[in-house]
Amino acid sequence: MTTPAFRPTDEVDFVVIGAGAAGGVMAKELSIAGFRVVVLEQGPYLRQSDYSHDELKYTILPGLTNDPKTQPVTYRKSEKESAKPIKAIEYGRQVGGGSVHFTGNYWRFHEADFHEQTLFGDVAGAALADWPLEYKDLEPFYTKAEYDLGISGLAGANPFEGPRSKPYPLPPIPAKSSGVLFERAAKKLGLHPFPAPLAILTRPYQGRSACVNCGFCESFGCEMRAKSSTLVSVIPMAEATGRCEIRPISYVRRIKVDDHGKVTGAVYFDRNRKEIFQRAKVVVVCANGVESTKLLLMSSSNLFPHGLANTSGLVGKHLMWDLGLLLEGLFEHPANEFKGVQVTRVIHDYYAADAKRGFYGGAGIDARFDYYPAGFALSGLPPDIPRWGLEFKKTFGHYFTRTISLLSHATSLPVESNTVTLDPTATDAWGLPAVRITYSQHPDDVATQAWIRQRQMEILEAMGAKKTWGDQPGGFYTSRHLMGTCRMGKDPAKSVVDSYGRAHDVANLFIVDGSNFVTSARQQPTATIQALAYRAADNMVRMARRGEL
Amino acid sequence: MPISRRDWIFGSVRLALLPQVLRAQDHARKAAKAISNGHAIPFEYLEPEAARTLVALAAEIIPSDDGPGATEAGALYFIDRALATFDSDKRELYRSGLKEVGAAISRLSPGSADVEGLSREQRREVIRAVQSTEFFAVLREHVVLGFLGDLEYRGNQGKVGWRYIGFDDQMAFTQPFGYYDNPENDPDGKGETR
Repeated sequence: MTTPAFRPTDEVDFVVIGAGAAGGVMAKELSIAGFRVVVLEQGPYLRQSDYSHDELKYTILPGLTNDPKTQPVTYRKSEKESAKPIKAIEYGRQVGGGSVHFTGNYWRFHEADFHEQTLFGDVAGAALADWPLEYKDLEPFYTKAEYDLGISGLAGANPFEGPRSKPYPLPPIPAKSSGVLFERAAKKLGLHPFPAPLAILTRPYQGRSACVNCGFCESFGCEMRAKSSTLVSVIPMAEATGRCEIRPISYVRRIKVDDHGKVTGAVYFDRNRKEIFQRAKVVVVCANGVESTKLLLMSSSNLFPHGLANTSGLVGKHLMWDLGLLLEGLFEHPANEFKGVQVTRVIHDYYAADAKRGFYGGAGIDARFDYYPAGFALSGLPPDIPRWGLEFKKTFGHYFTRTISLLSHATSLPVESNTVTLDPTATDAWGLPAVRITYSQHPDDVATQAWIRQRQMEILEAMGAKKTWGDQPGGFYTSRHLMGTCRMGKDPAKSVVDSYGRAHDVANLFIVDGSNFVTSARQQPTATIQALAYRAADNMVRMARRGEL
Repeated sequence: MPISRRDWIFGSVRLALLPQVLRAQDHARKAAKAISNGHAIPFEYLEPEAARTLVALAAEIIPSDDGPGATEAGALYFIDRALATFDSDKRELYRSGLKEVGAAISRLSPGSADVEGLSREQRREVIRAVQSTEFFAVLREHVVLGFLGDLEYRGNQGKVGWRYIGFDDQMAFTQPFGYYDNPENDPDGKGETR
């Protein structure tokens, strides 16, 4: 396969910024349609032979994620505080982005997720809003994503899911011990467990191997190419067209705008930290819910003094967090949950918001084991266990194979004061402003966590757990689902982009990634990020062919 | 080839395979002697005196009473590698932490800052004196990673940590993985989910 090498002075049709879940889809769809595409990616271009099962490298050190030593992130709870360096957010930083190291959960949004404001009404202190599109508008693109990437699951098994035009292309993952006990207990409680929809191959697919159950999905790259990242699925298809160049270690610092308010390309640092300007007819920003915003804010100009595409003032606002609680149960016999994909069974019975509870929110729950050996000993044990000594050792020795977790995936309300901004003083190793995160949880999100925690405990008890422990509501932890900072909408005064990701302010600028989310649904954003990317690309291709871009 | 290091590693692994291992302080003393006997110090960063103290503390964080612990795993070598490479910015934390440890030792054993003069209970007393410090949090993390981490960092020698917890680092597994996904153990006898 030969991939083209465009010159920066060549005006390509599209420059895509970020080669992750959305950018990989863009690269494939636009190049297959006949357009010339350059994809600029901050991180390296790794292959499966570069990966290992080194827990330290991938779960403690930033083996596949942003490195706070070179790209500091600062955090504060509110505008009143000064922000301190904390790795508050984490994103995949290589070709394939977060789709390389994610767990693989691939939930479609429910029909109700697109119009929760209409269903629920306003929530004080939040900007709950309807999306500018409905589930039926996105359904064909969910299907397309599932078939292009390779998603396993069982159609119809989730009674709360919207109608689907096709079954999954791959059969569902068999239940491991956590899934077996969870499924049995959930049914006993009158709930509706179903096989986890996963971006993991259960059969060979499109020249890639099926999963061999090594157990190193979450936080790791897959040596078998069984995890359906964009790196191993759509990006090779893009390169095979001969019209798409993936350019790794290309860190974009500015999108340029001409005197007429149209973008002309992107300036980036190459591997030698030399600034290069890549010219393009259209710029598509797919850098994630934090980095896309950072780039727009760094690209201010005379025409856009508050940041590119930010006439609404909403770029960087409504940051939503990766909320959920991890609860653990100790079981009598070894479950050996370190083997196999983390998650095999899920419920959506508590997904819908219900005003009768007195707060907005809902959650999905999955059964899993979320630890590797050292991480379990360091942070997976009950709080009443000593932190060192013989009892500490005996406990992690006994518990490691007998612990099963339930993870809830809960709502995060869009709140205007939860923001991504440029830190006024801290800078990264390239001299660019550090990202500053301002975030505190909405009271309804805490109430949702307290409520779903009880549901998780009920299920763990029904599963036969001998002892239970785990997260408390309102705790702080790093967010990996970066959503909401360039929200989509019909009204340019109340949103940054339209439903196709096109900036209201700039005709040839698109922002397509988790930043577009209007609400958080119940976490697991990847399927929707990719469905939106397919839909946006489809629209771009039609517009470009009509000469409208 | 640094003979002393290899002797220590392989010697300790062999000991670890005995049904009754030696008490942790014996390992610590042997290790410290091997390290300080003058030829071919194998460490990338640690000085022998700090190493003697750290190996004794590590042996209390993950002791060897019921089988191989931090000592047999060579957790000290993990600490050394960490401070030589990815955690080199934690050297100052170790320096100041070890000073506090030295002060605690002197309180327990006036006139001496040497951990080897202390009983195991006294060593635990030293840890209790520093257990809420940032130094101890990092030391604990390093010792656990030195027991349960990847072999590449020179800890978890002979996979003793993984064996202790029942973790198996094979690349591929087939079901049943454990007790509950084995259809034979299904109380309804249906193997409903498989």
